[in-house]
Amino acid sequence: MDLRFTDEEIAFRDEVRTFCRTEIPAEIRKKVSEGRSLSKDDYVTSQRILNAKGWAVPHWPQEFGGRDWTPIQRYIYTEELFQAAVPLPQQFNCYMFGPVLATFGRQDQKERFLPRAANLDDWWCQGFSEPGAGSDLASLKTKAVRDGDHYVVDGQKTWTTLGQHADWIFCLVRTDFEAKKQRGISFLLIDMKSPGITVRPILTLEGRHEVNEVFFDSVRVPVENLVGEENKGWDYAKFLLANERTGIARIGLTKERIARIKRLAREMPAGPGTMWDDPAFRSRVAEVEVELKALEITQMRVAAKQGRADSVEPDPASSLLKIRGSQLQQAATELLVELAGPFALAAPARGAGANNLPGGFDWVDAAAPSYFNNRKVSIYGGSNEIQHNVIAKGILGL
Amino acid sequence: MDFDLNEDQSLLRDSVERLAADLYPSLESRQARLKAPLGFPTEGWAAFSELGVTGLPFSDEDGGLGGGPVETMLVMEAVGRNLVVEPLLASLVLGSTALRLGGSAAQKARLVPDLVSGDLRLTLAHTERQSRYDLADVATTARRSGDGFVLSGAKSVVPNADAAGLMVVSARVSGERRDAQGIGLFLVPADAAGVAIEAYPTQDGGRAAEVSFSEVPLPGDAALGDPEAGLPLLERVVEHGIAGLAAEAVGSMDALHTLTVEYLKTRKQFGVSVGSFQALQHRAVDMLIQLEQARSMALYAAMMVDTPDAAARAAALSAVKVQINKACRYVGQEAVQLHGGIGMTLEYIGAHHFKRLAMIEYQLGDTAHHLRRITQDANGLLAA
Repeated sequence: MDLRFTDEEIAFRDEVRTFCRTEIPAEIRKKVSEGRSLSKDDYVTSQRILNAKGWAVPHWPQEFGGRDWTPIQRYIYTEELFQAAVPLPQQFNCYMFGPVLATFGRQDQKERFLPRAANLDDWWCQGFSEPGAGSDLASLKTKAVRDGDHYVVDGQKTWTTLGQHADWIFCLVRTDFEAKKQRGISFLLIDMKSPGITVRPILTLEGRHEVNEVFFDSVRVPVENLVGEENKGWDYAKFLLANERTGIARIGLTKERIARIKRLAREMPAGPGTMWDDPAFRSRVAEVEVELKALEITQMRVAAKQGRADSVEPDPASSLLKIRGSQLQQAATELLVELAGPFALAAPARGAGANNLPGGFDWVDAAAPSYFNNRKVSIYGGSNEIQHNVIAKGILGL
Repeated sequence: MDFDLNEDQSLLRDSVERLAADLYPSLESRQARLKAPLGFPTEGWAAFSELGVTGLPFSDEDGGLGGGPVETMLVMEAVGRNLVVEPLLASLVLGSTALRLGGSAAQKARLVPDLVSGDLRLTLAHTERQSRYDLADVATTARRSGDGFVLSGAKSVVPNADAAGLMVVSARVSGERRDAQGIGLFLVPADAAGVAIEAYPTQDGGRAAEVSFSEVPLPGDAALGDPEAGLPLLERVVEHGIAGLAAEAVGSMDALHTLTVEYLKTRKQFGVSVGSFQALQHRAVDMLIQLEQARSMALYAAMMVDTPDAAARAAALSAVKVQINKACRYVGQEAVQLHGGIGMTLEYIGAHHFKRLAMIEYQLGDTAHHLRRITQDANGLLAA
């Protein structure tokens, strides 16, 4: 047992760290750090820089741009991206669609879609949730009926993150209406330009357009866009959700937020000094940091174990990471609002020439929106209550 | 980064776990062991010695087994899992760390063979009635006298003092009561003239004592290292103690969580096992999360406890104790609640885990103390 990073791992960390901080444009990283919206161009620019370096999809098969990294290297890479406030490679392309297609797709599908997904030439979004199918995802109703060489898709998806940018959507659709609910589901790739698709924005708490409803009205989809076998889509979805959960602890993201809070606290006047001189505030920051350190080690333990297993079954331990990771992400955003204090209320219009910064602070108006927005992290990706069920069944045998 | 045990470590873990389970097969056997005059039967200590455990942390050239923090962690986890009452924390972790890191070659040559053989046990006497967890708050004095010292004062809640041949005592050679400078650590024979030991049981099945020193003459070579600059050594000893407690807590929480889940599966109410109720399932999961977070921190302690950077080390071990303390309370309380009435009775082993976990919180620094230590550093830094 040696719990320190090896010299090679430290050298790798330094390489990623330097690259992130020198090659990814500072204005993009600043937006990420402040929790402000990124434009589609921001995502594309950042991802293409990573992809040119061969670092957009390191966890994919090498044939499609993957790197033969150890689990610890993959962990280091992700953490460094977070800590440098680099946008992660577009998550639906890289962590969901890509791994599913690489594992279950046909060779011609892989060749057609994977290189474009890695370079963000195509923007993929996820069509899983429906108005009546949230935590109980398998009760989804969007149907695909075979008509010659096509499926005809009718129904509605919701919470489609950044669907307004999307070129393609990977969807779970019902193809067998007699089978038990998990059995009759298929995994279908649909061109967002297809006639019959309508995208309607949903504004979330902080007022941003991050998610959408997507309506399908007799949308014709070529049968060749089916992934794997018909009616096996639930297996692919489970594989995808387990992948989603692994990265969901976002320890580096919370670390970056805490580091920023410490920085800003030293500049926020309070009493005779600053907020950083307030032992009560510092103690609350320390408590989050301590728990985060523990989660970081837990994450590495899970990563080291996953590196060994060939199984595609989700490790229930990843549910633990999701629960605690989401709680800590939220705790950090709460600390930020607390730090903004009375200025947290202000929501001035921002724009060129604006001279209305609350108290003169350029970050305080983004604090509450970031807190509002982060309420989602204990809901998406399988709500924390669902993760509790997964652990109760999968680890405790209850 | 590698979380696997090597072959020797796996063997050590298996043999220590087996021994502890053999010595403590049941609650009844544990309660019987507690009745021995020292609070544990001496053959229990002998059994750990035969396994090599009592000399584990000393290097090969000092006559020990060359075990490091991971090896100590494995031993202490077995201690916690089986609620072992032999004084491994006092002697193997606290006393031996003081000798190992502070002792001269001559001191080690004199004492290590007896530690290895099991003939000698050590303990650490550092708490005073006014000091709480502040290691620099030392009113006990060691007045210089000729080549040696004269020790006067009193120490409180000294773990297993009545079973120790030698106590490692913090005492002030110079300076004011709370000065960082002027403190030394001294090896004091328990049977020296002027030493009085008033021993008593502790809440968790262990033993401790009030110890007073009345003009106790000590030779010059009783001091471990520089007798006026011993605080850093004492801090290191306590850091090792925290690492040991962390592992012990993980062992105990692991056992208690397992007991709780088994109980949920077997206890029937309303015609079904209570483990089928989602409210209870989720609480058992939250216990598991605390346990796994604590396990990570016990590993982190093992990783950081010998790091040369003193500030990073101190922050890390304080962080460990904060997390462990919270986990001890959470897992302990939830286990009692999920068991219902049976969790309240002394007839149930889980109740004894609860009490040990509750007391670990108050050994070597409570949560508020260690949070203060972390936040004292202007950077509030936790090193990677």
